[in-house]
Amino acid sequence: MSLNKKLVDMNYLLKEAPREKHFITGAQAMAEAVKRASVDMAIAYPITPQSEVMHLVGDIYAQGHIKEYYRAEEELGTMSAIAGAARAGVRLFTATSGPGLLRGLEAIVSWPGHRVPCVLGVLTRVINAPLSIQPDNIEMAYLMHSGIVMLHAENQQDTFDMTLAAFAITEKVDVYIPVSVSTEGFFVTHAKGYVEMMDEELAFNEPDPYKAPVPAMDNEVPPARIQRDAPVQKSNFMSYLIHSVWQQEIWDSNQRAMKYIYEYLGGPIEVQNPGADVMIVASGCAAAQAREAHRYAQEEGLSVGFVKVRAIRPWPKAEIREALATTKTVIVPEHNIIGWLCKEVKAAIPNSGIVTEGPRVYGGMTLPVELIMTEIYDALGMKSEVLQA
Amino acid sequence: MADDKKRYNIRISGLGGQGVVTSAHILGNAMDNAGKFASLVPFFGSEKRMAPVEAYVRASSQPIYEVGEVVYPDIIMIYHSQVVTHGKSYTMPFYTGLKKDSLIIINSDIDVLDEEDKAVLNRLNAKVIQFEATELAKKVAGTELATNMAMMGMVLGMTKLVTEENIEKAVRERFLGNSFVASGGTASLDSAIEKKFKKKEELLSKNMEVINKTFEMAASIDLSNAPLVTKIEI
Repeated sequence: MSLNKKLVDMNYLLKEAPREKHFITGAQAMAEAVKRASVDMAIAYPITPQSEVMHLVGDIYAQGHIKEYYRAEEELGTMSAIAGAARAGVRLFTATSGPGLLRGLEAIVSWPGHRVPCVLGVLTRVINAPLSIQPDNIEMAYLMHSGIVMLHAENQQDTFDMTLAAFAITEKVDVYIPVSVSTEGFFVTHAKGYVEMMDEELAFNEPDPYKAPVPAMDNEVPPARIQRDAPVQKSNFMSYLIHSVWQQEIWDSNQRAMKYIYEYLGGPIEVQNPGADVMIVASGCAAAQAREAHRYAQEEGLSVGFVKVRAIRPWPKAEIREALATTKTVIVPEHNIIGWLCKEVKAAIPNSGIVTEGPRVYGGMTLPVELIMTEIYDALGMKSEVLQA
Repeated sequence: MADDKKRYNIRISGLGGQGVVTSAHILGNAMDNAGKFASLVPFFGSEKRMAPVEAYVRASSQPIYEVGEVVYPDIIMIYHSQVVTHGKSYTMPFYTGLKKDSLIIINSDIDVLDEEDKAVLNRLNAKVIQFEATELAKKVAGTELATNMAMMGMVLGMTKLVTEENIEKAVRERFLGNSFVASGGTASLDSAIEKKFKKKEELLSKNMEVINKTFEMAASIDLSNAPLVTKIEI
C-alpha cells in the first residue's frame, strides 16, 4: 500500500523543498511532520494529561497520510506494541506526556536494546506531586540513561524539523535505536508560532528493509522462539558478557547519531556571541527565554553569549567544552527542580565551579526572562533593579 | 508613554465572560496587521462567569522569543473592580511583579486602591487610569459585552502601538472571520451577541464606535505630570 505522495530523501525534504509559512501550535507542528514522514503505523493511548499530538495524528490517519493507527490499552501497552510492530519492519510514531511517559518507561528503556527504530514525541508535563498538568520537563531526566537519542525543541519550528529528521536518524543502519523529540507542553504544544513547512504531498522515502540491520520478522511464518538461547538461559557469565557488549553497542549507536544531527539539524548546539564573559546554556523552551535574555543583554552592550542545546543524547560534550572554554560564568535556566542540564554542563567542563545553579522554575511555571537577566547582572557584578515579589 | 518603547508586556485580568481572552487575540492580530509582533497566552480555570481569567500579551516592534505568562508586566489592565477588591487575579495583589514607570488601566471609577496599594504604586512611579469602561460600552454600543473593546481602545490609544485601521481589521477578522474559536463558552457568547445585533456589520460598527471613543479619550490624557490616579469621565 502506498500513500500516493512524492517520495524524497530527508536532505531534500529538510533543506531544499520550498516551504510556506504557517501559524500553528507545537502539537500541530509535530503532527504536520508526521504527515510528511511516510509513517506506517501510529500507536497511542489517550491518557490525561496529553498534548493534542496523537489526536491530530489520528486526524491525519483519517485523511490518509498514515497507513495504520492502533489505539492501545494503556501506555505500557502502547510502548510494548511499538516494540512488537517494529519487529515487522514498519515505520512507527507515538507521543506521550509526563505521567504517560513514566507509565510506558519500562518498555521504552528496552527499545534501544531491542533495536527498535521509532520516533517518540515527548510533550512534557509535571510528573511529581502535587498534581499539576503544567509543563515541567523533569521527565526527560528519566530518559537520559536509557540509550534513546534525545532531541529538545525550542519552538514550533524546531518541533517540526526535529520530528522529521528523527525519522531519518532512527533508521540509519549505524544508529537503529529510537529517537525522541521533546518539547514543553503548553508553552510550545498549545501555543502558536510561525512554522515554515513544505508541501504535504512531499514525504520522506519509505523505509528500505534491505538497509535495516535487524531483519523484519515474517509473521506469516512466525518463528517458534525469537531468541533460541536467551542470555538468561546461559551461565551468568555469558549473560554478563552478552549484556555488556550489547549495551556498549547501544551507546555507541547513540554516539553515531551525532553525525546525522550535524547533517540534518546543523549540529547539536547553536552558539551566539562565542567567547563572551557570561554564557547562557539552555535547551527546549528555556532556550527561547535565554535567547530573549541574550538579545536584551546585547542591547545593553553586555558581554553575554548563548548556547542552545538541541541534542541531549548523544550529549555534545566536546562542543559544549569548546563553547564554554573562555567564559567566566555559565547560567543554565531550566524548567525542572533537579537541573538535569546543569549537571550535564558541569560534568562536561573542567571548571564546573563557573556554572550557576539555575535559574530554575518548576511545576510548569513560566521562566521569566527577568530572572535570567538578574543572574546576568549578578555575574557581571552589576547592581540589578530589584524585582518586587 | 514613549512611542518608541520596544516592548510592552501586558497582563490583562478580568472575569469570565468579559472578553479578556478575545481582546488579547484582537490585540495580537492588530499588532500583526501593523507589521509588528505579538504573542499571547490565555490563562483560565473552569470557564464560568465571574471566575478569574487572565491573558498575557507581549507586543513589540521586534520578534518575540519568550513564552509563558507575563510575571513582570509593564501594563496591567483590570476589566473588573472585583479583580482588585476580591483578589480575583492569579497573583495577589493584582500589581505583583509590576515594573517601574508602568501603566494600569482599571474599569471602574470607584476608589479601589487602598493606601498600601498607592504607596507601592507611587514607589514604582506607576500611573493609573480609571474609567467606567462597561458604562461606556453600554452607552455607545448598547451592551456591556463591548467592555473589552473600551479597555482595548484605551490601552492602544495610550500606547499608540497600532492605528485605528489596524484594530478595525483585527476586530473584523475576529467577528467576520471563521478561523478563531477561543473556547466553547466564547462561542455561546458570540451567538448571544449576534442575536443582539441583527447584522454582524452593525456589531462591528458598534465595537468600532466604542474603540474610537476611547481613542479620543486617550488623546486628551497627559500623564507626564499627572498624579498616581487619573479618573476619566465617560
